[in-house]
Amino acid sequence: MTEELAELVARHPLFAGLPTDVASLVAGCAHNAAFGTGELLLAEGEPAEALYLLRRGRVALEIRKPGSGQLVVETLRPGELVGLSWLFPPHRWRTDARAMEPVGVVSVDAACLLAKAEADPAFGFALMKRLLPVLLSRLQATRVRLLDLYGDGAHR
Amino acid sequence: MARTAERPAVAGTSLVPLVHRIAWRRRETSDVVTIALEAVGESLAPFRAGQFHMLTAFGVGEVAISVSGTPGAPGPVEHTIRDVGAVSHALSHLPAGGVVGARGPFGTSWGVAGLEEEDVVVIAGGIGLAPLRGAVHQLSKRRGPGRLTVLVGARTPDQLVFADDVRRWRELGADVRLTVDAATPDWGGEVGLVTALLPGASFDPARTVGLLCGPEVMMRFAAADLADLGVDSSCIRVSLERNMQCGAGICGHCQLGPLLLCRDGPVVTYGGTVAALMGQVER
Repeated sequence: MTEELAELVARHPLFAGLPTDVASLVAGCAHNAAFGTGELLLAEGEPAEALYLLRRGRVALEIRKPGSGQLVVETLRPGELVGLSWLFPPHRWRTDARAMEPVGVVSVDAACLLAKAEADPAFGFALMKRLLPVLLSRLQATRVRLLDLYGDGAHR
Repeated sequence: MARTAERPAVAGTSLVPLVHRIAWRRRETSDVVTIALEAVGESLAPFRAGQFHMLTAFGVGEVAISVSGTPGAPGPVEHTIRDVGAVSHALSHLPAGGVVGARGPFGTSWGVAGLEEEDVVVIAGGIGLAPLRGAVHQLSKRRGPGRLTVLVGARTPDQLVFADDVRRWRELGADVRLTVDAATPDWGGEVGLVTALLPGASFDPARTVGLLCGPEVMMRFAAADLADLGVDSSCIRVSLERNMQCGAGICGHCQLGPLLLCRDGPVVTYGGTVAALMGQVER
């Protein structure tokens, strides 16, 4: 089972190309999980205890706005990572993440993963080198979206 | 003297607009309209996808508008206009039967004629899909092995244009993906930057051509992302616009570095000089 999970982890774009033993370390903290349409993978304010490697289906990151219900701020597709708040204190989710359709993930226990990273700095560094680009690209995309590029368009 | 002899000698670069009538108009979004023009007398030369016409709203002014129709298609020539200034406001509010002036076509094209084998990734932002529309029509009917991916970003779902075309392109086998910056409750599609759609797209970077049109910052980011994925920057084409006025490379208002974009553009190859110019702050 762990071997299958290690294979799933190694095949996920987030960890693709990593040595087998690194994927196995991640897989040792992981299990498969599924969510039905509309089900929450994570909820704002709740403890951030897992990261999800999205394998199947799309997930919407939502923020609750009084009077407007749930605002979708970003959607994530298979191959992406759901949830990064487990990485740093206060380890609480800042958004909801809802399955837009049937979703399949590899769910990785955050405490287990962090403990392995603390115990093995080389593994921890390899992990960070995979996670930080995700944070960076989301930050950069957010900056561009803040420009409201389509709002002040040219003639054509 | 014959009427044609009174016009400037260089064919296709006339400074004199030809009179056209609006055959029909279609509202695309709250501030975008497509008008289809038919010549009242003398016709404009055939256009290629990506080229533009200078359209005149009589008594108001003239503005560069990319052709959004398909080259060679019978009937009136479509132009999709966003209401952002005095001239585009006047043009977009003229009724069917209204009369406008038109010059051109001007500039370079997307060059889709030679793209049978290649995978093509089209990335459009907002009204930037309009200058690409004819090219996507042509590419979606290719018989070669090349795959066609069309990624479209807009501010909100109601700002997405050409829904019927998107349906048709998908029916013809294109992988068309849409995303918005801000979702509405009824939107079940993607939310995020248009370039975030790239990882899910299926193309071989080694034989891919990118066609990009939209806000310049978006094109810069999209071009960089394509290059990061392995697409050669010489295979990425962007559509740049400056203050197009004469359309013939005479007046210099549309100069960008060594380029006169009305003549050397609007479609230019990304990479090298253009990549550097797109990163500069113009004052």
